[in-house]
Amino acid sequence: MPAPARAALAVEAVGLTKTYDVGTVVDAVDLAVPTGICFGLLGPNGAGKTTTLRMTLGLTEPSAGRLTVLGHELPMEAQRLRARVGVVPQFDSLDPDFTVRENLVSYRRYFGLGADQGPRIDDLLGFANLEARADARITTLSGGMKRRLSLARALVNDPELVVLDEPTTGLDPQARQNIWQRLRQLKDQGRTLLLTTHYMEEAERLCDRLAIIDHGKLIAEGPPTSLVAEHLEPHVLELRGEQARSIDLGGIDGLRVEDVADTRLVYARSEAPLHQVMERAEGLTTILRRANLEDLFLRLTGHDLRD
Amino acid sequence: MPATPSNERLLPRLGLGFVPVWQRNFLVWRKLMLPSLLGNFGEPLLYLLLLGYGFGQLVGEVNGVPYMVFLASGILCSSAMMGSSFEGLYSAFTRMSAQRTWDAMLNTPLGVDDIVLGEVVWAASKACINAVAIMAVAAAMGLIGGAGLLLALPVLILAGLCFASMALVVTAVSPSYDFFLYYITLALTPMLLVSGVFFPLDALPTPVALLAYLLPLAHVVELVRPLVTGGTPSHVLLHLAVLVGYGSVAFVIATRLLRRRLGG
Repeated sequence: MPAPARAALAVEAVGLTKTYDVGTVVDAVDLAVPTGICFGLLGPNGAGKTTTLRMTLGLTEPSAGRLTVLGHELPMEAQRLRARVGVVPQFDSLDPDFTVRENLVSYRRYFGLGADQGPRIDDLLGFANLEARADARITTLSGGMKRRLSLARALVNDPELVVLDEPTTGLDPQARQNIWQRLRQLKDQGRTLLLTTHYMEEAERLCDRLAIIDHGKLIAEGPPTSLVAEHLEPHVLELRGEQARSIDLGGIDGLRVEDVADTRLVYARSEAPLHQVMERAEGLTTILRRANLEDLFLRLTGHDLRD
Repeated sequence: MPATPSNERLLPRLGLGFVPVWQRNFLVWRKLMLPSLLGNFGEPLLYLLLLGYGFGQLVGEVNGVPYMVFLASGILCSSAMMGSSFEGLYSAFTRMSAQRTWDAMLNTPLGVDDIVLGEVVWAASKACINAVAIMAVAAAMGLIGGAGLLLALPVLILAGLCFASMALVVTAVSPSYDFFLYYITLALTPMLLVSGVFFPLDALPTPVALLAYLLPLAHVVELVRPLVTGGTPSHVLLHLAVLVGYGSVAFVIATRLLRRRLGG
């Protein structure tokens, strides 16, 4: 379990910058992740999320800025930091030549821990719900099982901070729910979680605070609900169909319009004007709903495709 | 911004972190021992039996010993080179790229320096295992023997360390498996053919023979052949110095290149 005396901030970055030959990937980012919460880094592909995570782990050296994680100055104290951190990588790095149990045992040795140190392997297998598959080869596991094993593997050193790079990408809804449940358990145990994702639902349900990053810059930070409230009107009407963009909105006050692909989004502070719009939307598909994180994300990062 | 201490250092950091890296490779090898032994020990043995039998009839004696004896002592050396080179090329590249084994290790307190040292020591260990297996068969056939075998083993381990370090330099700059063919075709195979494994160096034109002495394998042969055939090697320190020189320079370069490749 985490040590009783803990710093208030698990991660503190000031002016964090990473520049490669091709340009600046992370641009003067300030981050403050309080201990014990789940913090999400959100951003389109290539926004700088993974580079930020790699710097946070001391794997990539910042070009400028100051970075302290669990009280360790980076990159100088990277090795000591990683002894206290668990990592769930974006791409599966389980050892295909080992069984499920052997993967955990082998990974524990990388921390210099012996068989009697750290959590019991059986407990980790239980956490991942893989007791029955303990002696199975990795190649026989489903995607969800592999991800659960990666998560269990990240706990062999009983970490205070767990860093997850897109933990549920490629999983089906059941497997995703299953991972979320386990991540909540880890938070309840007092661990800090730092994750990247581009699933808005994941960010909304799991994260206590979010940072939205685009083109290497931090563009918004805060709890998900207040971020939405801060930047968007609470109600939105989605109009979809060929005539969606030519609808006449004249004479209705308090509307703000955004076009996303073939959809027109009409925002308002209350529902009443949106009902008026709906009356004029004959032949169009209409959905009246609350503004959500996805709206905010698209609003802040734009609608262009990122490849 | 101060740099990571490990990246700032000119020389590799030598610590015990290599042990779990070595152990991981050993445990995997133990699981796949049969096919691995077949490849690394069965193939040289086939060369020995067939080349030795075929040429032995034609050649008779070489440098005062039967051709089979000459060849057995040479193949002992070439298999150490090939075994550790392939481990440092294909196997290491698989762990670096497809399997992401090194990425997983780097998420723990282990560093690039630990991984490079672990891989080099492992490749040398594998060369040693193969050498013992070939020695056992060749000794059972009465081709080699004596206390010199015990002295040859550390030389073959040193050769393993040297060739594995050289292979890791290639792996560090390699974009794909195909790239290894350059190193194999332009370096390993010529070295295998001119270093006195299959025929004595004095059969070659003097410039070629001198060129061979600029490369490490000829020095392994010069040390190991006398040791396993009841003789005494000469210029021991010179030969050892060449192996240590190639090995340590390659080890430093491999570590620095891989730090850059994995820590970007």
